Amino acid sequence: MSAVHVQLLNLSAGALLLSAVLVLWRRELVVIIRVFAVQGIALAALIAVLGAVQGSLELAVFAVGVLVLRAGVLPGLLRYALASGPQERRETRPLVNVAASLLAAAVLTLLALAVSQPITALAPSSATQAVPIGIAVVLIGFFVLVTRRRAVSQLVGFLLMDNGITAVGFLTTAGIGLVVEVGVALDVLLVVLVLQILTGRMREVFGGTDLDELRELSD
Amino acid sequence: MSLLGTLGGTLQVAVIVGGSPLLLGVMRQVRARMEGRRGAGVGQPWRDLRKLAGKEAITPRGTTEMFRAAPVLLVAMTLVVVVVAPFVTTDSAIPQIADLFVVVALLAHATVVLALAGIDTGTAFGGMGASRETTILALVEPTVLVAIFALSVPVGSTNLSAIVGSSLAHPAQAIAPGSLLAAVALIVVIVAETGRLPVDNPATHLELTMVHEAMVLEYAGPDLALIELGSAMRLSVYLGLLANLFLPWGIATEVGVLALLGGVVAFAVKVAVLGAVLALVEVFLAKVRLFRVPELLAGSFLLALLAVTSSYVLA
Repeated sequence: MSAVHVQLLNLSAGALLLSAVLVLWRRELVVIIRVFAVQGIALAALIAVLGAVQGSLELAVFAVGVLVLRAGVLPGLLRYALASGPQERRETRPLVNVAASLLAAAVLTLLALAVSQPITALAPSSATQAVPIGIAVVLIGFFVLVTRRRAVSQLVGFLLMDNGITAVGFLTTAGIGLVVEVGVALDVLLVVLVLQILTGRMREVFGGTDLDELRELSD
Repeated sequence: MSLLGTLGGTLQVAVIVGGSPLLLGVMRQVRARMEGRRGAGVGQPWRDLRKLAGKEAITPRGTTEMFRAAPVLLVAMTLVVVVVAPFVTTDSAIPQIADLFVVVALLAHATVVLALAGIDTGTAFGGMGASRETTILALVEPTVLVAIFALSVPVGSTNLSAIVGSSLAHPAQAIAPGSLLAAVALIVVIVAETGRLPVDNPATHLELTMVHEAMVLEYAGPDLALIELGSAMRLSVYLGLLANLFLPWGIATEVGVLALLGGVVAFAVKVAVLGAVLALVEVFLAKVRLFRVPELLAGSFLLALLAVTSSYVLA
């Protein structure tokens, strides 16, 4: 792997982590979706660099597919889900406030670093060295999923997790086969479509998507 | 102590003491032009300093020596940083002190001295300003330390001269993710620490929003001139550190008239451009609520921590 490739790989891994942190930092749902699209671009760049290193056409096709799905289709769907309801523009009161969740993200990153040491030690290379970042994105995504109240930001948390898992998969195994990859991508797309319809139904019936207020039964 | 270091130390004092009020003038001029005003001119901060220095020294009744010593201490501590840090030349006049921890501690000490002076006056404003400033400082200092530490990880030394020399030798390091994250973190804390928008408005004297101005409200005459000069020098020092740690191009690495002249010009241009950009961005920003400031600084601390992590991981 040449120095330029290492540099580009590190840069896209850094962008991946930074966009995950920004999702945690910003309150406006529109901005969160935009940041998520940027993360999709970073993930596609990561896979494209890996493909260029290995000279693999399959990885290049994956990169294009990831770019279309995660930087184009999914953010578009989220934006559509957001635009259909007029009142929800911001993540107003997350369960953990923003300053505390930023510090929690710092702890999660250190945790990811600690737990991924054995994976990196198996085959030390520039690609596996970036694995902790992928795991950190998974953990931050999970944190967004459990601490945010709006359905759209929880959806973004779920997709962050999936981005992280995809990144770890490509960094460790150089692709897990076309069929599996396409299957996972379709799964994610399907989940987002279903949740988007569910969000729309929730808004129609209850007037809001604050999931914490939907715990109790009512007539 | 090398000849290059000694020459650099002397030049840096001349450039920063003489130039920092001009930097302030440039920033105010940019802001004025952006707002459609003519502005007072680049030399106005120097004219203000001369006017203040010519006035009679007055201290409020009941204040102690702390109040009188604070302006001198502020300027003195900043001057030490100006002498030792690598601004014009890569060598330092006193290499043992050109250390990350010493420089950050000196800069933080200067703020603490001002906060003590603010409390010493016993007025409501002084205490309020000091309390706010220490809140911000408590979040700023670890961030600055961690952000610059991220740069020192690949170098293996916390000496600022060594860091600047290394990023001069390996220009590709400037776009490593660790450096980029550290740069963003450092920009946020510099904005907070030098009291610029969106953390503090340097032009306001409104009691609800003042931070820095509230601490120094009781100063007048030559003391105020020293404080204004010290604050301007701190701004230049922070912007100079930012410029040279990440983009050290043009810094003098050998003794020679041309090399030193190039170092001075490159430093002046870099700091002036950074200052102008800062002023330009400020026009479009509103001050954030004081209670939102810790959020901003926690975010920049996280970025600094990620910078350190990624410079260890993605080495």
